[in-house]
Parts: sequence; structure tokens; C-alpha cells
Amino acid sequence: MLSRSIRGAAAATLAGTLAITAAACSKPGESAGGHGAGDSAVVGIAYEPETLSPLLGYGKDGNSKIFDGLLTFDEEMTLKPALAAELPEVGDDGRTYTYTLREGVKFSDGKPFTSKDVVFTYKTILDKKTNNASKTELDAVKDVRAEGDHKVVFTLKYPYAPFAERTVLPIAPEHVAGRQDVNSGAFTTEPVGTGPYILTGWSKGEKLSFKANPRYWGGEPKVKKFTMAIIKDDDVRATRLRAGDLDGAILPPNLAKTFKDDGGRTTYAARSFDYRTVTLPTHNKVAGDTDVRRALDVAVDRQAMVDRILEGAGKPAYGPVPTDSPWFAKGTERTHDLARAKKILDEAGWKAGADGIRVKDGVRAEFPLWYLSGDKLRQDHALAYASDAKKAGIDIKTQAGTWEVIMPRMKHDAVLAGGGAPGDPDFDQYALLQSSLAGDAFNNMARYDNPAVDKALDDGRRSGEKADRKAAYDTVQRELVKNPGYTFLTHIDHLYVVDDKWSGLTTQTEPHDHGLASGPWWNVEDWTPKK
Amino acid sequence: MARMTGRRILFAAPVLLVVTFGVFAVAAASPFDPVKAYAGTAGLTASQENLDQLRANLGVDQPLVGRWWHWLTSAVTGDLGDSVVMRRPVADVIAERLGWSVLLAVTAFVVAILLGTALGVPAARRQGGRLDRAASSAAYTLEAAPAFWLGLLAMWLFALKLGVLPAGGLTDTASDVITFGQVASHLVLPAAVLGVSQLPWFFLYVRQGVADALEEDPVRGARARGLSERTVLLGHALRSGMLPMLTLVGSRVPELITGALLVETVFSWPGIAAATVQAATAVDFPLLAALTVLATVAVLAGNLLSDVLYGLADPRVGFDG
Repeated sequence: MLSRSIRGAAAATLAGTLAITAAACSKPGESAGGHGAGDSAVVGIAYEPETLSPLLGYGKDGNSKIFDGLLTFDEEMTLKPALAAELPEVGDDGRTYTYTLREGVKFSDGKPFTSKDVVFTYKTILDKKTNNASKTELDAVKDVRAEGDHKVVFTLKYPYAPFAERTVLPIAPEHVAGRQDVNSGAFTTEPVGTGPYILTGWSKGEKLSFKANPRYWGGEPKVKKFTMAIIKDDDVRATRLRAGDLDGAILPPNLAKTFKDDGGRTTYAARSFDYRTVTLPTHNKVAGDTDVRRALDVAVDRQAMVDRILEGAGKPAYGPVPTDSPWFAKGTERTHDLARAKKILDEAGWKAGADGIRVKDGVRAEFPLWYLSGDKLRQDHALAYASDAKKAGIDIKTQAGTWEVIMPRMKHDAVLAGGGAPGDPDFDQYALLQSSLAGDAFNNMARYDNPAVDKALDDGRRSGEKADRKAAYDTVQRELVKNPGYTFLTHIDHLYVVDDKWSGLTTQTEPHDHGLASGPWWNVEDWTPKK
Repeated sequence: MARMTGRRILFAAPVLLVVTFGVFAVAAASPFDPVKAYAGTAGLTASQENLDQLRANLGVDQPLVGRWWHWLTSAVTGDLGDSVVMRRPVADVIAERLGWSVLLAVTAFVVAILLGTALGVPAARRQGGRLDRAASSAAYTLEAAPAFWLGLLAMWLFALKLGVLPAGGLTDTASDVITFGQVASHLVLPAAVLGVSQLPWFFLYVRQGVADALEEDPVRGARARGLSERTVLLGHALRSGMLPMLTLVGSRVPELITGALLVETVFSWPGIAAATVQAATAVDFPLLAALTVLATVAVLAGNLLSDVLYGLADPRVGFDG
């Protein structure tokens, strides 16, 4: 009988495939049980890393779970020692950084950690053949050398005050990573580090599994088993959280709201440096006009964007530095004032035409604004911005495109951009505003050119004194009020919903980029189960 | 039959050659920039010099034909190259994912064929009956329903409301060990959703095929000879009524691949789908080319399979040759 034979064959195939795949993938010798509910945590994240190799950029902003950097950030983004025994000694007017290393630290394979691993890590990242897209961040480094087993000296090309903040990047073991192709070797998926957790499995597209590192120099974590499930779709993540499959997850504001009345779960809003801004290209006749820029800066209703687009999870942005950061220059807040925007434009000679759009010297007050297609948040910001501008008589046409489409147009067209790095004010601002970086890839997209800002940025990175640096960045923020090359719109909070099973949950100030270690699990190694 | 199979395999070689070249040509013409895809968010702060160096390292500044030839000659010797986006050798990427996709697709296929036959035959016998009307209208509705929507719906019902089946993944999220039982229970929802999304075609084909066969002379003759209804149905009507469905088996393979893509994403199934999407948007030439070859082979094999089955089921149909 035909149908029977097909059925039989199919059943045999299925059984065979199941048996083969199950046999090929199972890991005998590892026990599943043995843990109480309190010492294992499962969280849902939206992004999967391409690689777990620090040499290719993984964990460069610190806090990588599997690895440690020389230094690390605490909750308030203050530096503290990790693999280094103490904060570095800075010498030669900020040109040399000397780190004394913690002794007795071992990699998870039992081999000792020494200065050779530090030198190997930095030299490999800086090597031209290494495909690390973030190596620009280490531009200041001229040389790195070991002095004995427990001391490392960095020599810089120029005095660079925030260099210590760069040394949170994870250290890779030379005896493992040094023996294979840095760009595609097994180390990119089977990392060996000194961190609080050891990777036990990475099922691509599904999850990353970790177990506590019993030899961790900071003490073995109480959460023995930690799993990050990769769930790209927001709705699916919320569903699986509700179904009890996950203990915590990152969620967009509208979905996080649905857990508000849930007694067993708490929503954590992580403050962030994650801003959305509109670039106002200097080479555009309208957007490049200082009066137009100043008018747009007050015409835009930032609070409305926070309330409606972010559902309250965020705050108005007046520059790259969030208003609640110690680096923020008090008094540079701009309130929404449409009348003032109109007055600025009137006085500058931008007169309203027949259709309500202003004209000056035959130039119509209009320019295009691009946003990344598929990014709902950016689209909403762009539309709100265009609608606010229209009320002041400026016609902004929003258009969606991919970076490939947008990039060649950035010289003349405005872009709804995002960014934010909490490590140091230099990280964002230098690349965003320094005139010598105008149009260099994605740096200084608006081609902002302001000598006072250029000088302040250089002072800010060269000076070692915190007070001098604060003064320099205050200058930058005040200059941005006088001549805003960008209209900063909002800083966005990242929302996480987590079961109330543990004590000690906090969030760190977060960057634009959602790293693996963002969210309340930035310090999962310090969690303790609630009894 | 052996001759036909042999000839088809010979014919497959030039097809594959053309397809891989097509992949390289289309990818080269696409507006996506592999360097930006590789760099990701880090690229947004990278200097132009850094990006240029990456371009040279990744070899994406080479001309199209040279790149294709290099890939082809290495592939013939078994070296599929390194996947740019996964930072791993292509062979590893495929090896760790393909099995799970095949498992999902095969199970879904079996579900669709069995259910389609089980519903199609009684529906054909009593056309216009209650079962026929219910199943037919359900089939037309299902045809229009996207697989990912069905997936979300199934997840909501079975995982959330009823709590009887896991909502996603290959095993329980907290578990590291892959066991038969775990995989089997996690397979149920995605395979059922993928199978059900393919079901309408099988159901409608079987229904039509069997209904037509019931009207044919041999069946009427069999009935007239007083053979039992069971023998008439299974021995005569089903046999010729199933023929159109065998063709369908082969032609549904591409649909199954695209359907699996969506279902895998919804259920976090660690198959080849996510890799395919990433490879395409990142213009990851080596991975993209290898995956396209795989898909082409699957389609060609599907067609061959349906022809072979057809030939076996109906001796009147000769093998072409």
C-alpha cells in the first residue's frame, strides 16, 4: 500500500534524524539537575553577539561576564580595579599608564594570567590584520609592554585623559587565542577568560549558557547557572516571560507596561546615555544657518516626545550628556518655546511665504531628514520633529533608508542619528563635534565646525584634572546652545522586567549599544537568592 | 529510473554553477555593504581608515568574477571559506544548524501529508458534507494566514493559556543538555505550525484528486463489480487520486524552506534560518553561496523525488528516458 509505505519511510527518516541529531549534539557526562530554583537565572535578550572574542570587539565597554578587563565600572560608572590590583599610575604628563596586575588570577582552564596576556590582547587588537571594527578607540596607544609578570606599561601618542576608561576591555589568554586564526578561530565561539562565568554552550540563534566560575578571583557567584535566551521578537519575549520560561527580559515601553501590576515581577528602568538626535549639516543652506538651528532647538517639544513616543521612559536631551549626569552643564536646558523660535527666524530675515513656509534670499526653509528604515523609534522621532518644525515655518521632509542609502547624503541631508557612551564625555563628543573628523565615516556626521568647541574638546582629553575637564565640557555644551549643530531630542531609558527571586538588583548607566551585560544582570555575579 | 536520476544529477551541476554565480552577482549589485554589516554598531564610531582596512582584510574589494572563482575552486576542494558575519568557518556554521532545520522541515512535511490525506479522503467521499465544508473553508483561511502569525497564535494558546507545551527553543531554556524527550516536546509546536501552514495545499490536492478518481471508470467499474467500499477507496481511488499530491511534494520544498525561516525565528529554533537572513543582509558571500547551493540542491532533489514517486505509484508514467 502506497500510503503505508510512505508513512513508514517518513517515520523511519524522522526517527533516524532525531536519533542522529540528538546523539550528535548531546553532551554526555553533564548533569542537568542539582540546582535549586534560586541559583539559576534565565533572561531574554534581543541581540546575539557575532563573536565572543574580545580581540574582535566583544565586551570592549567592560562587563563581559566571561572575561575581565584591567579595570571595570561600578554602578555609578566609576572605575575600579579588576585584573589590575589598583588604578593605574599616570606619568609623563598623561602619556604613560602603568598597571600593576592582581596576582594569583587564573584563566578558567587553570593557566595563570600574566602581563603577557595583556600585551598580547592589546597588540592583537591593534594589528592591521585583525578584523576589529572598534580599534579606533585605541588610537592613542603608541606602545604596550610588560615589565615582569605583573606590570604593564602603556605609552600614548598624546596625553589622553580617558585612557583608563578604555582599559575595561577584556583580556584574552595568549596560550589559547594566540595559537589560532584571530578572525575565525574556535576562540571566537569557545572563549576562555578569567571572569565570573564560564560559557558552557552557545546554541546560535537560541541561547548562551553559563556556569559560575568556581575559581573566580572575586569569589564564586551565588547564581550558579545563568542562561541568556536570544529572542529577537519583542512580543515573543514578553510571551515567554509571562509563561514563566524566562526570569527576566528587556522589553520596549509598551510591553513593559503590561507587567506593571504583576506582583511577582519588578520593572527596572536603566538610565542611559542613549540619545536620539538630528544632524544639521553645515553644508546645507538651511540646516547650516545658525538662526535656523537655534530656532529648531526651541521649536521642538522634547517633553512631548518623551511622553508620547517613549511612554515616559526617558528624558529630554539637550546634548550628548544626559541631564542627570555629573558632566551635564546646568543651565543649558532649553524649554519648548514656539513663539521664541518664530521670533528668532523673523529677526534673521526668514519671512513666511504664501504656503506658511519661510523664505530668505530666495531660499525656501526646507531640508530632508533621513531615518533608518525599520526603526520605529527613529521614525517616530523624525515625524514628531518634522511636525514641530512645520509649526515654526520650516518644511522638513522625512525619508526612510538604509545606511548605504543615507551615508552618501550625510553632507547635505539631515539624519536622525543615535549614540551614547557613558564611559567618558570624550568618547561621544570628540567624534561627534571635532571639526578635523568631519565626514570621516560616521564621525561628525553634521560636519560641525566650531573652533571654540574644537579647543574645548582637546583640552578635555588632554587635561588630567577633573575640574579642568568639567570646565572644558561645560564650554562644549554652552557652545552647543549658541550654535547647535545637532538638535538633541531624547535620552532613552532601557526597560527590563525581572522576577522578584533575587536580592541586590540594580542597573548600570547604559550605552546606546545593548551589550550582553546590559540590564539588571550587569552584576548577576553579585545576586543572592531570596529565601 | 536510474538513468533519469543520473541525468538529473548531471544536469544539476551546471544549474548549481549558474546559481552560485548568480548569488555573487546579485550580492555584488546589492546596495548592502559587507563592511558595515561586519562592523555593526562599532562601525558607527570607526574611522574611515579602520573601515578601509577591514574592507581589504575581508577581501570584499576584489572584483566579482575573481571572488566567485576563488570561492568555487576552494569549495570544490572542500574548503567553504570563513563566514564573515559569524566569524566562523562556513562548514562549522552549517554543520551545527542544518540538522535541526532538516528535523523541523521533515516533521512538518510528514504532519502536512498525513493530515492532508486523513482529511482529504473523507472530504472527497462526501463532497459538500459537514467535514468537507469545515475543512475546505479552514484550508482557504489557512492559505492566507502567514506562518509567523500562526506561530504566535499557537504559542499564545498552548504555552501561555494552557501551559502544556514549551514556547520556544530546542530544549528548556535553563537546560544545557539536549535529550530526545526535550527536543521532541519542543519540536511539537514549531513542526505543527509549519506543517499546518503547508496543510491546505495537500488537503485540497488530495480532496480534488480522490474526488476525480472516484468518478473515473476503473473506480466505477470496481464499485459495479461489488468490491467493498474500503477496497475501492484505498485500492483504486486513493492510488490514482494521490498522484497529483506526489508532484506537490516536490514543488512545496521551496515553500517549506521559506516557511521554516519564519517559524524558526518565532520559536527561537536554532536552525539555518537565522543564519540565512543574516548572511543575506550582511552580504556574507561564502555563507550565502553555500546556503544557496544547499537550497538549490533541496529543490532539485524535491523535484526528483516527486518524479520518482510518481513513476513508482503509477506504472503508466514512464521515466523520462
